[in-house]
Amino acid sequence: MDMDGGTALIKSLEMEGVEVIFGLPGGAILPVYDPIIDSPIRHILVRHEQGAGHMAEGYAHVTGRPGVAMVTSGPAATNIVTPLCDAYLDSVPMVVITGQVAAQAIGTDAFQECDTTGITHSVTKHNFLVTSAQDIPRTIREAFHIATTGRPGPVLVDIPKDIVDPNNPNSAMVWEWPEEVDLPGYDPQLEGDPGEIEAAADLILESRQPVIYAGGGILKARAAETLRDLAELTGIPVVTTLMARGAFPDDHELALGMPGMHGNYTAVTSMQRADLLIALGSRFDDRITGKLDGFAPDAKIIHVDIDPAELGKVRRPDVAIAGDCRIVIEALVEVLRRRGGPDAQPDRGAWRTTLSGWQETHPLSYEPSEPGRSLKPQFVLETLRDSNPDDTIVVSGVGQHQMWTSQYWRFNHPYTWVNSGGLGTMGFSVPAAIGAKVGRPDKRVWAVDGDGCFQMTAQELVTAAAERIPVKVAILNNAYLGMVRQWQEMFYEERYSEVYLSPDLPDYVKWAEAMGCVGLRAESPEEVQPVIDKANSIDDRPVVIDFRTDSSEKVYPMVASGHSNDDIVVGPDQGEGGH
Amino acid sequence: MSPVNGARPRHHTLSVLVENKAGVLTRVAGLFARRAYNIYSLAVAPTDDERFSRITIVVDGESVPLEQITKQLNKLINVLRIDELSPAESVERELMLATVEVTPATRSAVVGMCESYGARVLDEGDGAVTLCLDEHPDKVDGFEALLAPHGILTVQRTGRVALPRLDTPGT
Repeated sequence: MDMDGGTALIKSLEMEGVEVIFGLPGGAILPVYDPIIDSPIRHILVRHEQGAGHMAEGYAHVTGRPGVAMVTSGPAATNIVTPLCDAYLDSVPMVVITGQVAAQAIGTDAFQECDTTGITHSVTKHNFLVTSAQDIPRTIREAFHIATTGRPGPVLVDIPKDIVDPNNPNSAMVWEWPEEVDLPGYDPQLEGDPGEIEAAADLILESRQPVIYAGGGILKARAAETLRDLAELTGIPVVTTLMARGAFPDDHELALGMPGMHGNYTAVTSMQRADLLIALGSRFDDRITGKLDGFAPDAKIIHVDIDPAELGKVRRPDVAIAGDCRIVIEALVEVLRRRGGPDAQPDRGAWRTTLSGWQETHPLSYEPSEPGRSLKPQFVLETLRDSNPDDTIVVSGVGQHQMWTSQYWRFNHPYTWVNSGGLGTMGFSVPAAIGAKVGRPDKRVWAVDGDGCFQMTAQELVTAAAERIPVKVAILNNAYLGMVRQWQEMFYEERYSEVYLSPDLPDYVKWAEAMGCVGLRAESPEEVQPVIDKANSIDDRPVVIDFRTDSSEKVYPMVASGHSNDDIVVGPDQGEGGH
Repeated sequence: MSPVNGARPRHHTLSVLVENKAGVLTRVAGLFARRAYNIYSLAVAPTDDERFSRITIVVDGESVPLEQITKQLNKLINVLRIDELSPAESVERELMLATVEVTPATRSAVVGMCESYGARVLDEGDGAVTLCLDEHPDKVDGFEALLAPHGILTVQRTGRVALPRLDTPGT
């Protein structure tokens, strides 16, 4: 069938099962926006291209399907570089389509021209510059295949205007949808090596103090149930990293919660004292290991990851298994069952007793606020948590509020926690929450944001209001760039440099109302529950709550940057953790 | 570039089979550049199958963690295969063109040196000759060092190319 490239591009997206595109049109991509009118694909018009990228990420996080963003050339392409890098570091499947100037104008410094594929080489899993209309369907097919298989990630497709503009003869093509993908250099290995899986079982059956170190790869591999099988079969406790919150239920007796720089004492210290770490889809990030020399000094390492480059990148594993987490863990469970199941496991009673002892002596804690004083952020989060269903999707920005949310929420279901872990992108929360709500309209979606973060991308609430996407935003407004303030207090002798934002400039309630949302505020503890109840009763438009929180509150526990995890500080008055 | 033998104390040669497409060399070279690793030499040309090209990259093994760079290269979608070619298990060649000053008195000595190294005279002019040698890189180094006292006006080397050594019958 004769077709033009622009129509073929939209039809290719339909063939890939795309249900929604987050985007914003402009000159170079204009011809592709015409066939969108006749397509069943929903298009959500964002207010800034960064918003489109984070919405696509939020959508992908909660659905497991690739998020799709489409923007024009030049500044639009550079505006979406941040979400691309964010998705790259957090392995989020995403396909971004950018317009490009006409092929014959490339390299002439044409209006709104930039070297999009050059700029995005290092922040994408792969990118394409399509030079012929005939190549569009195959390229889209390959882009989705690459984005969603192996270690997922963002793929960018740059489309020059001439090959999609029906008025240009270069756009003429014959529609042909490739059934097979032909990528001779790309063949992710899914099955683990059977010998290595036996070797992993050997280490598990010898270990008296093992810990499962579960990372975001568990969620990407849809392996939460399989992980639970492994933990319950072996009785081995599980820490869930920032990217893995929800991959193992927090209310499970084997759950130790989050490790790392702001992890709880038991999670951090269990890894330090372990004789075996079973790293599943995790990557020994510096925020987890602290000072590498002092990390888990006595632990042997089993490392399972779909990306072979992660194996040995940071910590040399004793058993390295390249493969898909779900497939490898299933195989490991089978081997362990064959080799005696629960009865064959060594007695780990002493280890379990030690861990539960730490949980009792070192719980997360904070001082409730004095009457009449500003809110404690932890109190707000506890109230919010207890006022919402167990499967509420929670989306955070980056900073103190992110750490408190990860600590104080109870994540009992996979795909209920969305945040920017690797890149640490402030401003992620509002657009990502919108994308999450589009992907899961059946779920309640709360963005927990900081006041600094909120000011970076709040304009997307206009998108949410216009598109009737009823997300809810809780701003923990402490009037500061809180995490930076915390570091200046702790490490720069309380010399506060450029961190003050003001509690009421802007007026968040008025701002929310101006954007078509409901704006609410809580300043004292007794106001918290009523405003949350009010927010939960509204489902026809977005809601923003301005919670005025205590700016002096700091995130604890904390392992200071560059220190060993043994130097964990559990609270402001508690000094160094006992060991 | 020093022509002295041993200028590459522990060089490693990576032979990288890639798709013959626009931008692939940038992806490969960019991977080194992003990690501040220096490429010592680089040679690229299509293989017998025009869909693919072979890139031969020489890096200093002491400053480049080879396992990690190999794994990262493998992640590139356009990279099909990477072989690390150790000097002992590969045949290596490099081509050098050099324009050398000659006088009537030294011309025959330079030409004689060419003959003993298996180099050829490609061009002759007043007071200079352009020579060509394709040999093992160490031997090219040695030849270049011998030419140096005569005055090298220009030298252009291709960077090394290599293939695995074949199994000899009976081993």
